[in-house]
Amino acid sequence: MSFFLETLAGGLLAGVMYALVAIGFVLVYKASGVFNFAQGAMVLCAALTFVTLRERGIDLWLSGLITLAILVALAVAVERVVLRPLANRPQITLFMATLGLSYVIEGTSQLLMGASVHELDLGIPDTPIELGPIQLSQFDLAAAATAGALVIALSLFFDRTRIGLSLRAVADDPGAALSIGIRLQTLWAVVWAVAGFVALVAGLLWGARQGVQFSLTFVVLKALPVLIIGGFTSIAGAVVGGLIVGASDSLAEIYLGPLLGGSVSTWFAYVLAVAFLLARPAGLFGERAIERV
Amino acid sequence: MPDPILELTDVSLAFKGIKAINALSFTVERGEICALIGPNGAGKSSLLNILNGVYRADSGEVVFEGERFARIRPLQAARRGIGRTFQHAALFGKLSVLDNVLAGLTRHSRTTLAEHAFGVFRDRAETAEFRDRAEAILAFLDLSAHRDAIVATLSYGVQKRVDLARALVGRPTLLLLDEPMAGMNQDEKRAMSGFIAQARAEFGTTIVLIEHDIGVIMDLSDHVVVLDYGRKVGDGTPAAIRTDPAVIAAYLGTPH
Repeated sequence: MSFFLETLAGGLLAGVMYALVAIGFVLVYKASGVFNFAQGAMVLCAALTFVTLRERGIDLWLSGLITLAILVALAVAVERVVLRPLANRPQITLFMATLGLSYVIEGTSQLLMGASVHELDLGIPDTPIELGPIQLSQFDLAAAATAGALVIALSLFFDRTRIGLSLRAVADDPGAALSIGIRLQTLWAVVWAVAGFVALVAGLLWGARQGVQFSLTFVVLKALPVLIIGGFTSIAGAVVGGLIVGASDSLAEIYLGPLLGGSVSTWFAYVLAVAFLLARPAGLFGERAIERV
Repeated sequence: MPDPILELTDVSLAFKGIKAINALSFTVERGEICALIGPNGAGKSSLLNILNGVYRADSGEVVFEGERFARIRPLQAARRGIGRTFQHAALFGKLSVLDNVLAGLTRHSRTTLAEHAFGVFRDRAETAEFRDRAEAILAFLDLSAHRDAIVATLSYGVQKRVDLARALVGRPTLLLLDEPMAGMNQDEKRAMSGFIAQARAEFGTTIVLIEHDIGVIMDLSDHVVVLDYGRKVGDGTPAAIRTDPAVIAAYLGTPH
């Protein structure tokens, strides 16, 4: 029993890490209805910048602040150069633009900071601690606490503030939003900056876990089933989706792995996502389209 | 003494060679309700789109509040006090009625992003004030019962009223209404006309509206401009328009 619980808890904590990446997608999707393919590149860029600063001997917090400043500058630049000229274009155009943007960010980051693997130490010990019958990684618990705080802050931001209201209005109908005096450009810059902040948090935690390297951009692929299961428009959905993917991945690996010859966790989440697409296309917490006929 | 809020001189707009609006000139006085009428395709909606910056006129001059503009963008138009509703209510369908109306107050926000994000300093007072203003408009347009309903679930007539509420809450000086009564029955039209007339009386808003129902226009408006194929074929009081031979020929139809 304690083995099952430990597998489950380990899976759930890994799921929190997936959720962190998925939240970045949800933010941009909520504000512009676009799947931001560049989110993975932003995670890489954030982690690479941070680790480069640390290797130059710069203090932990100062490195974090400088990286955040760079990501905010990146957000403003993206709004100016990419989003503004494409305003009011079909969403597929914006999606393609983020696809191109991901290559630009990845390429520039590696050009400036190199493509080698860096070790990242955040000063959080990765030793297991005993919690009743099971052992849990301290690092994973810290990651879970960070994600929890982030989710609460973002939910309050979206639901309780007028900026959040403006964001929801823009996502619904950008043309009408402009006509009633909502500043689309400022809002987009704000959203990309917040998505950059989320990418920083995800990049640091993932980087500390598996080293800062190019493969960080592939966490995008794990975020996709999370988004399909949780819904593209819900921050809470991203968390629940992440937990489901993390838990089912590790349980499937342990209990189905021996029957199917292993490596179950590489594909199990996608099969689960397909099942959700058939049964519940908007995801668990996504907005279902309301249609009056 | 005339006090024009809006003056158009020789405004033209073409789409790929088709003249949607052809050398159009007219003046809207402050505080009046001005109706634009004309058959479908006469250029009425295109004209509203020029006034709030969705389209740019190819030539001619638009003077709003004494200021000439060659090109205005929808955001600037809204911030200068030009509000509008849409022919096919372009509401935020996934949001509640109250949230739609609150969104209409965005241009009046004076707090900084940081104040607002943390809900400190002026933000608390502003949030309370905005809520009061939104509630007042909902009560004014008899929408209070629907305040928490998701807009996409409401009937078309109610959605049109929410669109009016969202435009009106920002206290525009000039309000453009694109077919506010389209698709309504006689009772709903009468109610909507009543709300529009009350809005003018209460807030002194100048209103330019597009409408097809001649009966409604004769009762509601002070001034009628008749368009046909992008040209002005009539301009005057409802009574004068009704007897103008050119207008009858173009639009009202001659009795056979």
